[in-house]
Amino acid sequence: MKNRPDIEVLKAKAKSIRRDILTMLESAGSGHPGGSLSMVEILLVLYDYSLRHNPKEPSWPKRDRFILSKGHGCPALYAILADCGYFSKDELSTLRKQGSRLQGHPQMGLPGVEISSGSLGQGLSISDGIALALKMDKIPARVYCMMGDGETQEGQVWEAALSAAHYKLDNVCAIIDYNKLQIDGFVCDVKNIEPLDDKWRAFGWNVIEADGHNIAALEDAFDAAEACKGKPSIIIAHTVKGKGVSFMENKCEWHGVAPKKDELEKALKELE
Amino acid sequence: MSDNTKLEPTRDGFGRGIVRLGKENKDVVVLSADLTESTRASWFMEKYPDRFFSMGISEQDMFGTAAGLALTGKIPFACTFGVFASGRAWDQIRVSIAYMNLNVNIAGTHGGITVGADGATHQALEEITLMRALPNMTVIAPCDANEAERATVAAAKWKGPVYLRLGRAPVPNFTDEKSPFKIGKANLMRDGGDLTVITFGHMVYESMKAADILDKKGISLRVINLHTIKPIDKEMIMKAANETGAIITAEEHTTIGGLGSAVCEALAVGCPVPVEIIGVKDRFGISGKPLDLMKEFELTADDIVKAADRLLIRKRSCEAR
Repeated sequence: MKNRPDIEVLKAKAKSIRRDILTMLESAGSGHPGGSLSMVEILLVLYDYSLRHNPKEPSWPKRDRFILSKGHGCPALYAILADCGYFSKDELSTLRKQGSRLQGHPQMGLPGVEISSGSLGQGLSISDGIALALKMDKIPARVYCMMGDGETQEGQVWEAALSAAHYKLDNVCAIIDYNKLQIDGFVCDVKNIEPLDDKWRAFGWNVIEADGHNIAALEDAFDAAEACKGKPSIIIAHTVKGKGVSFMENKCEWHGVAPKKDELEKALKELE
Repeated sequence: MSDNTKLEPTRDGFGRGIVRLGKENKDVVVLSADLTESTRASWFMEKYPDRFFSMGISEQDMFGTAAGLALTGKIPFACTFGVFASGRAWDQIRVSIAYMNLNVNIAGTHGGITVGADGATHQALEEITLMRALPNMTVIAPCDANEAERATVAAAKWKGPVYLRLGRAPVPNFTDEKSPFKIGKANLMRDGGDLTVITFGHMVYESMKAADILDKKGISLRVINLHTIKPIDKEMIMKAANETGAIITAEEHTTIGGLGSAVCEALAVGCPVPVEIIGVKDRFGISGKPLDLMKEFELTADDIVKAADRLLIRKRSCEAR
């Protein structure tokens, strides 16, 4: 088993990343807090534990890839990448501003950002393509693809699910940030995706469920995914949209609205 | 032009091209969305099965997978009918390929009305419009099978995405191996001083036939094979406009946003001269035999001759002003 980072250190870091996310969004005046806050622990466990990566060499051919299919969650990715040292933290304040590398939805070119995304449903196909190429080149790197729950309403996700199983892409690990909300409301009301685990199992995937805010549980889940051979794995991570800020939690109104100055101050106090 | 020219579909030239590439470059891979025989992806599959990926009837997934392969150093050719590539997977091509400027080559076969009996759903008539609107995209429509082979090989070396418009119907294969092919550089097929036809695909051959007919009437038609619709060869177009003073565009494709539009965009700011636009006029295709459909849709050498007659009258009235 790999050495696991100190859980208390990661918990403190999760708060700090959430503060960065909200500060960036307030400064930008727009963006997506809910789905950024819900995936903080997943990203932390990936970047501080599971991923083999080198911020000093972002295009290292043998790196594990993280593909953010739910591009609107990019403030969380930007904050983590800056924390890892892919670029300076000072750049975070340029989010969504003209001339910034931190586009409203991720654009390839910013160190650490593997793909441009934002139109939902496309990341898993790209992940499959990367995984096929890695296998052709006999590079034992893994591809992690983060999707939203509402995103699985896109048909392309299921086309890609078939492909990954057909080609036995055990180097692919999908993650669903299952925060149960999308812009229009609860996923189960907008268009129900349940039973989600059975669907992925029926598509030939190794399905792992985990509490998406529990660091140790996520570490276990990623280890279990890596240990599974002959088929792709998916981690259905149960999360809370807007996690960490009491007035944002489980509120679909906070999907795509930035906090105002007073709301930011209130939120930052909760995250001290 | 001789009527004894050997007939061959441009998709066959593509098939030869990918087989050649497979031998020359181990990074070349081919993906197919079930239409493997129809697109000639099968020719590559038989020789290089380890570098061939069967993607099933899932065009959106196929183009995304191709993007992932390109991100990891491969040179993919993703093959399906032009309607499904350009229409069904347009957003995937936009975001997963063009936005990242990836080296994905899109082989869209069954372009144009000459698909024939399958009818409107399978005849790609809008794909050049859809593809050329995308930043970073290069759009190529070879004039015959030999040129299709050269274009395929050139596309593999080209930086950024390429859309190859290929045809199903056997059409005259009249260029030879020595014919030049450079992406973005149009080929002057026949010089002429009275007017110019700018065209692509097998309408290049129709235009050569039209030039023969016009020649007998004492009219000298310049024929330009604009195999690359984007990036467009402005220099060749401007020169033709300046020297002949009148332009016909001819395409087996909708006139809305296609070759005619692209040429007019260039002419309007560079050298406005009278233009006649030949193409499919804001309608869907129908079932029929390829040559009969070319007649019904007014896309033959005779239609080019008629356009030339109209255009000469317009040109003279412009000159008289």
